[in-house]
Amino acid sequence: MPLIALLILFPLCAGLAVLSTRDIEQRENLVRWLAYGLGGATLLLALLHFRTEPEFFTLGQGLTGALDNLFMLGGIAVSLYLLYACRQIKGREWYIPVLLLVQMGLMLFVELAPEHPVVARPFYLDSFSVLMALIVGVIGGLICIHAVRYMHDYHAHGHGAQEAKTTCPERRRRSFFFMLFVFLAAMFGIVFSNHLLWLFFFWEVTTLCSFWLIAYSGTDEAVRNGFRALGINLIGGVSFAGALVWLTHGPGLHTWELDQLVAAGSALALIPAVLIAVAGLTKSAQMPFSSWLLGAMVAPTPVSALLHSSTLVKAGVFLLVKLAPVFHNTYAGLLLSLIGGLTFLVTSLIAINQRSAKLVLAYSTIANLGLIVMCVGIGTAATLWAAILLIVFHAVAKALLFLAAGTTAHLIGGRDIEDMEGLVYRRPALAAAMLIGILGMFLAPFGMLLSKYATLQAFLTVEVLPLGGVLLAVIIVFGSAPTLFFWSKWMGKLVAVPRRPQPSELPLPRDEAIALFSLAALTTLACALFPLIDWLFIHPYTGSLIGAGLIPALDGHLPWETIATMSFMLAALFLLPILFWLRPPQFQASSGYLSGANVDGSASYRGAMGAEREVASRSYFLTDFIREGMLTRVGLLGSGCLLILMMLTGAIR
Amino acid sequence: MTAHAWTLAFAFLILGPLLGALLAGLDRILTARMQSRRGPPLLQPIYDVLKLFEKDTLVVTSLQTLYLWGFLLFMAISGFILFLGGDLLLSLFALAVSGILLCLAAYATNSPYSNIGSSRELMLMMAYEPMLLIVPLGFFLVTGSFRVSDIIAGEPWQVLELGGILIGFLFILTIKLRKSPFDLSSSHHGHQELVKGLTTDFSGSDLALVEIGHWYENVILLGWLYLFFAPLGVAWALPISLILFFGEVLVDNTHARLKWAPTLRLSWWVTGLFGVTNLVLLSLFA
Repeated sequence: MPLIALLILFPLCAGLAVLSTRDIEQRENLVRWLAYGLGGATLLLALLHFRTEPEFFTLGQGLTGALDNLFMLGGIAVSLYLLYACRQIKGREWYIPVLLLVQMGLMLFVELAPEHPVVARPFYLDSFSVLMALIVGVIGGLICIHAVRYMHDYHAHGHGAQEAKTTCPERRRRSFFFMLFVFLAAMFGIVFSNHLLWLFFFWEVTTLCSFWLIAYSGTDEAVRNGFRALGINLIGGVSFAGALVWLTHGPGLHTWELDQLVAAGSALALIPAVLIAVAGLTKSAQMPFSSWLLGAMVAPTPVSALLHSSTLVKAGVFLLVKLAPVFHNTYAGLLLSLIGGLTFLVTSLIAINQRSAKLVLAYSTIANLGLIVMCVGIGTAATLWAAILLIVFHAVAKALLFLAAGTTAHLIGGRDIEDMEGLVYRRPALAAAMLIGILGMFLAPFGMLLSKYATLQAFLTVEVLPLGGVLLAVIIVFGSAPTLFFWSKWMGKLVAVPRRPQPSELPLPRDEAIALFSLAALTTLACALFPLIDWLFIHPYTGSLIGAGLIPALDGHLPWETIATMSFMLAALFLLPILFWLRPPQFQASSGYLSGANVDGSASYRGAMGAEREVASRSYFLTDFIREGMLTRVGLLGSGCLLILMMLTGAIR
Repeated sequence: MTAHAWTLAFAFLILGPLLGALLAGLDRILTARMQSRRGPPLLQPIYDVLKLFEKDTLVVTSLQTLYLWGFLLFMAISGFILFLGGDLLLSLFALAVSGILLCLAAYATNSPYSNIGSSRELMLMMAYEPMLLIVPLGFFLVTGSFRVSDIIAGEPWQVLELGGILIGFLFILTIKLRKSPFDLSSSHHGHQELVKGLTTDFSGSDLALVEIGHWYENVILLGWLYLFFAPLGVAWALPISLILFFGEVLVDNTHARLKWAPTLRLSWWVTGLFGVTNLVLLSLFA
């Protein structure tokens, strides 16, 4: 318990400390040390509590009451602050204050209920939440370290808008790190709260932080996108609050404790679980709620990295994974899986169209979360195993990719994938980090392979509706082909030899290098040691669920030979370049083939009228073949229908 | 895993290219006969590759050789898993990695022809991957396992249950074997629009690696085809799969090259129409 309190309070105090430091250099040093401290604290937690059985903590009567009041007032304060922020809304954003008021009303209706369930054990800890804390602490910490230098350059390069510059940029800059740390504190709160009302408070704080961070630069675009994120997350908030109303005033189940909600099973808990799942879908940017994550790309890169890898979207899937036992073997669960599946398919296809590295990453995030949601909806031990592994791999690899893309953009001055041509030769270290990230995201024998393996097997043996499992498997089959296309296309650009030497003198800043190489090492380690992660954190968690009879006993686990073969392939992929580096072949160098009309090496050729012409070739984006607009509409419509169906089947049950 | 399985797997590693070369030689003779030519001797592909090793190797970047070795290695791993009786999905993933590494090798040289060739190759991969992935799924629904050894021990009539998937597989086999109408990532003839596409900037021993990789690949694909008929016993399964395999030569010689968009559309339609329908029927009646 002290550790949990420490983890929630430490980033909060850290944020306050950063806020109160005036000197820029001093502040940057402070952020570095605090980030290391945070990572260290989560590592300590993991060391003390790996393979732990679920532990619940009770607090004294007085403390619980005080915290109850504190969080209630805090929740009201958050809502009031957001209402105050709404003075900047325009035209069609009128629904945001309305949602805020509805949510506040619902919450007061819950909190001021004359008779309400008593929460005996407000905090808990199990091996899954320890794993999540590790992700939040270590990856979040590394992102903060990267941000120190990045934000320095960000302001120096004048990315921030004119408005932000005139209106006291210094205060905003100081608040930036404060908000990052508060965000992390709220994530720890979500991960360890068993008290649903407190969890909801932390949930609201993450909404607030994401709104503030997305709108950080203060440009009109950033503010609009910030409000879009706020509005969509509030839809989830209202839905969550609705679940709490049901759990307080509704017929049937009365509880404010997460573990009891999960233990109640699908017969009793399906309605609130579906409502909370809607909140989870909004946070994890599933269709039809995905647009805010794309808008969030206007934020500085470290913020994108944080939103995408370790914090906001992971909060959504974290809660969904927690609720998975309720969804097991229900139609609502199958529909949830289909929402995830549709999101996966549509966004994987759209990602092919994208030129900007950040947008490709954003769409692939949504697609990957879709895959996780697919697993959760089925809710067997094998799919939960896959979902949690996907969360881990996605967190490390995506943080790495975002930070690498951000650093690359600073060093070579271009955000498009086309600009990254020849990065392997121009910036070998950066390219290596990026390649490791891409490999970690999709290529065998890494992340996607394992999860695909487990999910395909699980889907084909699913019982709810025989057709449902095949449908999900087919979605994976068709969705993974475009994934392969856009990632390979990107790698192709990275490995292409530059036609002309393009020296770049800018050195890689130390903070960014530390963050990138740590994350690259973490990605590699996660891939190499995933059976260890499984043994330390995932197996105990699914084991305790099986022990409690919430999900069926383990079946169809990966055979050891499969894991051995995967490890062998991984080793081969790493050893081959090393061997090659040790004994490089001595071949004669030549220039690329230009029909024999080369003028300046591979770079130019003698054209039709005898003139010298530059060689240029671009990637395929298939914009005529895959129409982004149409696909988005189909996705929104389809997922919207599925969502309504899911809520209906939840209600009928 | 029995001693027999290990023997077979190692036999694939050593004799696989030889068998692949024979298949390629036979292919060339058959093609020649269809065009009323005499054709080269059976061992011509081997002579060609031996000659390639004798030649100077020119590279645009030394890293291209690294990617090509990776391509060959993962191709061999894929076949090794298959002939060991291992996991079909894993074998498929190794095959995909190998394909991606070949594309990276071509991308690395960054000449316009290689670039277009590898982009088209990736598009072809996108076209055939779904169907290729459906094959193990079909086997799983019929035999309850992704393992090759279990699939071989299946019921003799599994090929009837998997009829649609077999048709889909034969369709994408044309793409995998780089046959017309789907030979759009590289061509047999250097004077066509794409020059040699994917392999434009490979020469000497690098090109020989690509050829050996394709020999392996052809044996692997023949192995996949064999799996459909395997429970019938070797006496039936081998001739049938060989006949179907060389049926692709006829397709090759009777069709003109398609563009990428119709290829993609057509293969996904075939995958949906035959592969997915077959899966759905299996899940309904299994």
